[in-house]
Amino acid sequence: MSEALVRPLRLLSARTYLWTAVAVLLLALPFYLDRFWLQAGLFAMAAAIGAIGINLLTGATGQLSMGHAFFLAVGAYGYCVFAADGGDGLAGLGLPTWLAAVLAVLVTGVAGGLFSPISGRLSGAYLGIATLALVFIGQHVMFNAHDLTGGANGRDVPPLSLFGLTFDDSELLVAAVPFGSAEKLWYAGLVLLAAGALFARGVLRGRPGRAMNAIRDHRIAAGVLGVPVARHRAAVFVLSSMYAALAGVLLALVFQRTVPDYFGITLSLEYLAMIVIGGLGSVSGAVAGAVFVSVLPQLLTRWSDALPLVSAPGTGGIAPGEASRYLYGAAVVLVVLFLPGGLVGTAVRRRTGNDTGTHTEER
Amino acid sequence: MSTLAEILLNGLSLGSVYALIALGFVVIFRATEVVNFAHASLLLAGGYVTATLHDDLGFWPALLVGIAGAALVGAAVEFLVMRRYRGSDHSVPAIVTIGVDILLTTELTRRIGTDVLALGDPWGDAVLKLGPISLAHTRIAAFVAAALLITAFLLAFRYTSWGVAMRAAAESAETAALMGVRLGRVSLGAWAVAGGLAAVAALFLTVFPTPGLERATSLAALKAFPAAILGGLDSTTGALVGGLLVGVTESLATGYQSDLTFLGRGLGDLAPYLVMVAILLVRPSGLFGTKELARV
Repeated sequence: MSEALVRPLRLLSARTYLWTAVAVLLLALPFYLDRFWLQAGLFAMAAAIGAIGINLLTGATGQLSMGHAFFLAVGAYGYCVFAADGGDGLAGLGLPTWLAAVLAVLVTGVAGGLFSPISGRLSGAYLGIATLALVFIGQHVMFNAHDLTGGANGRDVPPLSLFGLTFDDSELLVAAVPFGSAEKLWYAGLVLLAAGALFARGVLRGRPGRAMNAIRDHRIAAGVLGVPVARHRAAVFVLSSMYAALAGVLLALVFQRTVPDYFGITLSLEYLAMIVIGGLGSVSGAVAGAVFVSVLPQLLTRWSDALPLVSAPGTGGIAPGEASRYLYGAAVVLVVLFLPGGLVGTAVRRRTGNDTGTHTEER
Repeated sequence: MSTLAEILLNGLSLGSVYALIALGFVVIFRATEVVNFAHASLLLAGGYVTATLHDDLGFWPALLVGIAGAALVGAAVEFLVMRRYRGSDHSVPAIVTIGVDILLTTELTRRIGTDVLALGDPWGDAVLKLGPISLAHTRIAAFVAAALLITAFLLAFRYTSWGVAMRAAAESAETAALMGVRLGRVSLGAWAVAGGLAAVAALFLTVFPTPGLERATSLAALKAFPAAILGGLDSTTGALVGGLLVGVTESLATGYQSDLTFLGRGLGDLAPYLVMVAILLVRPSGLFGTKELARV
C-alpha cells in the first residue's frame, strides 16, 4: 500500500522539481544577464504570449489567421492612446498605465469581435486571406490617423507603473544590481506569460478546448454533436486577438516606441512560423516556437562576425535578419514535412514512445 | 467624364493583370486543393529574371526566359516540397507554402535590395491619345496580353487533354487517378502554368507608370489574393471577375483620391481588401465559388 502511494508522489515531485528549477532560473536571470539578452528574452516572452493566442486559433481550432499583426498593433497603440498624457501633441487620455494596458486588451477584443461576421463563418484559406485585409487596413490607419498614431514616425510609449513602481530606466538597486527597464519588465513579462499560458492551458483542457479541436477535426460532426461552430470560431478569434494585444502592449513597453512599419505582413507570417515550428495546438509548442523565431535573429546579430556567411547589415553579405528568415522559413518547411507535431510534439512523442497518435497532451 | 473613362480603362487593364495572377492561384487550388501563399514570390522571381537578363538578351528573349524561370521555380516548389507531403489535411500544405514564400521573398528582396530594376520593355512611357482620353501604351499592351493569355488558357482548359486531366483531378482526384490521370503531372503542370502567368503579370505590374521592379512589387502582387477570394477560390470565372473588380476599384480609389482625402492617402492600395471584406460579408464563399452544402 505504501508503495502505491509513493510512486505517484515521486512522479509528481520530479516534475515539480523541474518546474521549480526553471522558475528559479528565469527569476535569477536579470541579476546576471546584460541588457541585450534581457531584451531578447523579453521579445521572446511577448512573442510567446502572441503565439499562444494564435495557436488557440490556428492550431487548436484550425482557423488560419494572417492578421495578427493588426491586433498586436491595436494593443500597442491602444496602450499609448490610453496611457499618454497628450504632452507630445498626440491624442492621450492620461489614464493610469495599468488601466490603459487592460483597456488596450479589451478594445482589441472588441475589434476582434467586430470581425466575427467573417471570423465565425469563414475557415481555412478564405479566412487567412480575409484577415490579410486587417493588416492592410491597420497599416493604412497607422500611417494616416496622425493624431492617434503619430503617423510614419510612430509615437513614444509611456512607461508602465504599478503600485508606485515605474518600469522605466530610473535606477533601482536590487542586491547591488542596477535594475533598469529591461530588468523590471522581465518580471512583468514572466508574470503575464505564466498567466497567459495557464489560462490557455485551462481553455485547451476544458470543454472549450474539446469543442475547438472538434471543429478543427470535423466541423460538421462537431455541429451534429451540438457545438455551436460559428460562435466558438468567433469567440476563439476574440480571445486570440486579446492575447495578441497583450503581446503588443508588452512589445511596445520593451521597444519604448511604436512604429507602423513593424506591424506589417512579415510579422503575421512570423507568428504563423512560430506555432508551426513549435507545434500546432499546444501552449508549450507556441512558447518553444516563439523562443526559436524571436531569439534566432538576436543570436545571429550578436555573433555575426564569428559565423560564416553572415555579415553585418550593409556590407553586402547576408544580414543577420535575413539569415534568420532563411532559417525559420526552412524550418517551417522541414518541420511540416518531417516533424508533424512540431518540435514539442516530436519531443513528447519520443519521450512517451507513442508513435501513432498525432494528439499530444496539451501543456 | 473623360477622367472617369480613363480611370475605368486603366482599371480594366490593371484588373486584367490581377486576373492573370489570380488565375494561376485558382489553377493551383483546383488541381491540388492547396492555397498557394508563395504566389507573390513566384511573380517576383519571374520579374527578377527578366530584369537581370534584358540587357544581355534583349527584351523578348529575356521575357521568355523569365516566364520559363518562374514556371521552373513553381515546378521545383511542387516537386521538391509539396509532393513530399503525404498527409490529407489541406491546410498544412498551405502553411508549407508560407514557409516557401518566406524563403523565396527573403532571397529575392535581398538580391533586389533598395534598387528599382527596369524590365526593358519596348513601350516606354508612350501615350495614346483618343480624343480627350489618353492611355499609356503599356496599359493597352497589358490588357491585350492578359486577354490573349486568359483566352488561350481557358481554351486549353476546355479542349486539350491536359485541361481535361486537370478538371478531372479537380472534380475527384481518386476517380481521375483510377482513370489513368497522373496526378503528379497535373499538379506539376498547374504550378508551372501559375508561375508562367505570374511572370507575365510581373512585367505588367512593373512597367510605366510604376517605376520598376522593387521590393514593394510583391505587395502589389498580394492584391491578387483578394481578387481570387472574392471571385471564389475554385472558379476560373471568379478569378477573372474578381481581378477586374479589384483593378477597377483600385483605379477608382486612386483616381478620385483628391475627393477622398478625409480617408487618408494611399486609399487605392486598401480598396481591394475593403471590397473583398464587403463581398465576403454577403457571400462567404465568394461570388462564383462553390457553396458548401452542409446544414446541421
